[in-house]
Amino acid sequence: MLERRLVQLLLLAAVVAVLAALVATTADNMRERGIRSGFDFLLEPAGFSIGETPLAFDAGDSVLRAFAAGLANTLRAALAAIVLCSVLGTAVGVGRLSANLLLRGACAAYVETFRNIPLLLQLLAWYFVLTELLPAAGDAWRLGPGVFLSKSGLSFPWRVDGAWEMPEQNVFTIAGGGALTPEFLALVVGLGIYTAAYVAETVRGGLQAVPRGQTDAGLALGLTRRQVFFAVLLPQARRAILPPLANHYLNLTKNSSLAVAIGYPDLVSIANTTLNQTGRAVECIALVMATYLVLSLATALITHRLERRSARWAGDA
Amino acid sequence: MRTRPVRLFAALAVVATLSSSPAAHAGKTLDAIRQKGEVACGVSTGVIGFSAADSSGAWRGLDTDVCRAIAAAVLGDAGKVRWVPLNSQQRFTALQSGEVDLLSRNTSWTLSRDASLGLHFTAVTYYDGQGFLVPKKLKLTSAKQLNGAEVCVQSGTTSEKNLADYFRSVGVKIKPVVFEKFDASLKAFFSGRCQAYTTDASALAFIRAKEAPNPDDYVILPEIISKEPLGPMVRRGDDEWFAIVKWVVFALQEAEEYGVTQANVAQSAGSTNPAVQRLLGVSEDIGKPLGLDRGWVAKAVGAVGNYGEIYQRNLGPGTPSNLPRGMNRLWNQGGLIYAPPLR
Repeated sequence: MLERRLVQLLLLAAVVAVLAALVATTADNMRERGIRSGFDFLLEPAGFSIGETPLAFDAGDSVLRAFAAGLANTLRAALAAIVLCSVLGTAVGVGRLSANLLLRGACAAYVETFRNIPLLLQLLAWYFVLTELLPAAGDAWRLGPGVFLSKSGLSFPWRVDGAWEMPEQNVFTIAGGGALTPEFLALVVGLGIYTAAYVAETVRGGLQAVPRGQTDAGLALGLTRRQVFFAVLLPQARRAILPPLANHYLNLTKNSSLAVAIGYPDLVSIANTTLNQTGRAVECIALVMATYLVLSLATALITHRLERRSARWAGDA
Repeated sequence: MRTRPVRLFAALAVVATLSSSPAAHAGKTLDAIRQKGEVACGVSTGVIGFSAADSSGAWRGLDTDVCRAIAAAVLGDAGKVRWVPLNSQQRFTALQSGEVDLLSRNTSWTLSRDASLGLHFTAVTYYDGQGFLVPKKLKLTSAKQLNGAEVCVQSGTTSEKNLADYFRSVGVKIKPVVFEKFDASLKAFFSGRCQAYTTDASALAFIRAKEAPNPDDYVILPEIISKEPLGPMVRRGDDEWFAIVKWVVFALQEAEEYGVTQANVAQSAGSTNPAVQRLLGVSEDIGKPLGLDRGWVAKAVGAVGNYGEIYQRNLGPGTPSNLPRGMNRLWNQGGLIYAPPLR
């Protein structure tokens, strides 16, 4: 036992030593070649603007704030897509077990179609369909009072500085109020629909993992099919569903980095721009990798907690 | 799904190349090129008129002809170039790590790029500036009227920064929509997603002529909002190679000034003009201080022509770009192209 610990410690030390050597030589070589390095550029003014961000951002703000704005955009899109894929995925997953042949077939077709087309293609397709199909801002579709849909996106009344503001058409676009751009919409819809195919398979697998006897027992007790599903099947299936579901959420968040292809200013897009303005390739890419790592670890931690809680509930039952 | 692994791989490649022990670089680039028998030239992934592969896969453009001229001057054969297409995120790293010997890839000369990347700009091969393309139906006559507009732009250019600078200076608010790929940015603009498209003026003419569904539906606004001097870059730490690249560019420009062309380069050796005799190594050996042989200019001009011929072939009338020479005329014809004397 002690021996095994020792071996593990030595291995860890070796890995750390190799990493440290890698960092040190890289820094040395960069210095020797006159390449400026370090993270000081983060505090300098960014000098570029960002098209949309929940965080107020101006070209005079720091690069660090630009990264924060990019991260906020990544999280905003990922969270919306997670909600979409969970709802849609659960519906399709349950649909695949339906007694109705047509519904079952449609759900199977959904899964096979969206799972087997590369995500990048799907995103581009959604984006170009949206921008081709929608009318120019000048002849926007009015979906309701103050709600417009056009190539400039979906505009709706929203609280700005503590007061409700109505979007208004100007010469070029629709300004004011709240707005979801076509880039954001395409990213959320694309990511959500793609990931929903995986979620659906996970939900189906989880439900099928509950022994058939449980359903029979529920029905024998006089519960309706609906009651059996919500009170017997779903709580038990949840334990099998949660861990792979967390994985899908993780992948979705990482896949959101494809946003650069369709012009959504996510973390990677901001990092690319910064990399080009400053030339700090190693630093920018390290920052992006570290951010995604932290996001993934945080998601893993949360789902781990959830799993333990659901395991405890199961134990109480 | 494609982007992420590629970028990760690129990042690892950066770390790997930078963390391996550095090769001795001082004065060695030329030796290494002679030993390999080829010049590794970093070019764009496709900018018509500057560096783009044609339908037969051959690289064409002003930037690529500069590389050919260098290969001809150094190795005596313009064909001995290895083309390395680089996107704007990869370009500096590829040069820093030694993957390419020079970067000839429409890159703007700026202070921060010249002073903080461990790289040197050599000479200007094209004076460019950033402009705007807008749909005619918006009836715009000036970029200052773009208040509230959305502007499509490709990432990884100095354009994003100029855009913010310019509109801040004139007090106009615009919204950039930034795309990673050139094609996607164009498609978004032509589908009407943005009210303006911005990039270097040299590309705008081509985009309007060749990429627009109907060129007459679009106009280029008169404002040029930035200075973009483009030219080849080399690594720091090898002054000999830096000098060679710089002087090959100057030689091409001087050849135009003295009327030495691809067609008459052989006869020009008999010229009575002392400057031409010097240029072609007839009277004096101006190759020696650079570590090149006597006929280096003759070989370069013989391979790709002088600067004016290179311009005409890639950007002049009859090409898709069809750009008037403007600022890129010789200094004695009202332009900015001014090579220091080759003597």
